[in-house]
Amino acid sequence: MRFVTVSGPPSSGKTAVIIKTLEHLQKAGQKVGVVKFDCLFTDDDELFRKNGIIVRKGLAGALCPDHYFVSNVEECVQWGLQEGLDVLVSESAGLCNRCSPHIREVLALCVIDNLSGIGTPKKIGPMLKAADVVVITKGDIVSQAEREVFAARVHMVNTKARLLHVNGITGQGSFELSTLWTEAEDTATVEGKKLRFSMPAALCSYCLGETRIGSDYQMGNVRKIDLDLPTGFKTDGAPGASE
Amino acid sequence: MSQNLESLTVETVFSRWPFAQQHLAEAGLADIADKPEATLSELLDAGQLEILGNFISVMEDFLGTKDEKVHEVTILGGRAKDGSDEPVRELTVSVGDVVCIVGPTGSGKSRLLADIEWVARGDTPTGRHVRVNGEVPGDKWRFSSEHKLVAQLSQNMNFVMDLSVEEFLNLHAESRQVGDPEEKIKRIWNWANELAGEPFALDTPVTSLSGGQSRALMIADTAVLSASPVVLIDEIENAGIDRQQALDILIREEKIVLMATHDPILALMGDKRVIIKSGAMQKVIEPSEKEKANLTELRAMDEKLMGLRHRLRMGERLDEI
Repeated sequence: MRFVTVSGPPSSGKTAVIIKTLEHLQKAGQKVGVVKFDCLFTDDDELFRKNGIIVRKGLAGALCPDHYFVSNVEECVQWGLQEGLDVLVSESAGLCNRCSPHIREVLALCVIDNLSGIGTPKKIGPMLKAADVVVITKGDIVSQAEREVFAARVHMVNTKARLLHVNGITGQGSFELSTLWTEAEDTATVEGKKLRFSMPAALCSYCLGETRIGSDYQMGNVRKIDLDLPTGFKTDGAPGASE
Repeated sequence: MSQNLESLTVETVFSRWPFAQQHLAEAGLADIADKPEATLSELLDAGQLEILGNFISVMEDFLGTKDEKVHEVTILGGRAKDGSDEPVRELTVSVGDVVCIVGPTGSGKSRLLADIEWVARGDTPTGRHVRVNGEVPGDKWRFSSEHKLVAQLSQNMNFVMDLSVEEFLNLHAESRQVGDPEEKIKRIWNWANELAGEPFALDTPVTSLSGGQSRALMIADTAVLSASPVVLIDEIENAGIDRQQALDILIREEKIVLMATHDPILALMGDKRVIIKSGAMQKVIEPSEKEKANLTELRAMDEKLMGLRHRLRMGERLDEI
């Protein structure tokens, strides 16, 4: 089974790109499936189903979505094998921009859109930087110059990736993308494989459900912004307040 | 490259690689310069062609002038939607050509343009092949940000960056790493102003340009700064810009222009017209003498309409037209 991890900022067009691309593989008689990762809610599974794609969804809920992804990815691969899929796609939103679900030896795709602003390629870091293929969407509504500038910015962050423009509405470019998916490596398991980039770290009181604000309630992996505050400043009181 | 030298004419070879003439003269083949129209295969044998091919590559490496410029794009016919052979087997478009693509919605215009953009190698649903400068092109045309074969201009496009015209053009020039960006920016701005008819300043934010000004700036910018040798124009007929001049600018900057249009004036301005039906190129026709004569009349009608628009804008009545 060929396995592709798809990531990208929210609303960049991941679902549309996946549906349009899988359509070409379905036409070629391949059995395709998607595992959709999200945080609190998604009804994209309906969209996939409507297009004849076998789908499962995973909602991270209170957990870090990225940690949730990596804790479940092997199970997803086993599910795909059990369903007899030819191609399995995992879709996860890079919600914190530090996310990167990409796994070594598994085809990694990042979807990013022309409207997100030219600073975005630098901001989203690992999920773009570690991708094999970068798909740029919404190219039909911005000028040629902006497309070129945006593509150049993407190239600066990831010089090795193959860059493709895909229109999620008309499907322009999706056939071309589908040819790359059929070249993905055959995957029987991801057990023991490594992430391309470590997950964002967090182990503090808030991870355990703390809701109150202030230094007194903060434990574990906590880091402060350097704001040049006067000495004696306490984050849970007025400047200089002492007990 | 050496495998394709044979199909080039002596004239083409000498203009593209001037040092080839001396090389051939030294090899005792000076007299081939007398037959500029002949192809190399008619004049040289396989061994001589190979030596010339090797010499050209070595020289290009040495001079650092490896010819990356696209002179022509050739589309080799594939199959129609029903699987039958595409009637047009070969279509070559060269720098300076303006080619119109006509056909009803769903006839396969977009697929043709996508085949060009993806430099198809028989691996798309149409089975077409695309050659760049007569050669099977490498992967760079498919995946790199610097080598996209096709630039696009369409009615739906907008500027979304919050920058002035000058900042915007600077950013584009910077990302392309072109020489003399100031001169290029001035040139784009001047041309855009000529095209639009209503001038704008260099410090105007791109997002506050009118529809016509935006389109004019996009065309001038694509002509001068885009890396892509082929420019695809999709429905610019209502843009309120000087269409003839827009084409002239693109041709002057050595672009290959493809237009998906049903605007009679634009269609008759093209050198060739490709007719698409059922997913295949059915015919390639050139404007007839009669059509060219009609163009004058169409232009007069167009000017008349423009004049009426102008009068409306000025608050006049159109009782007399």
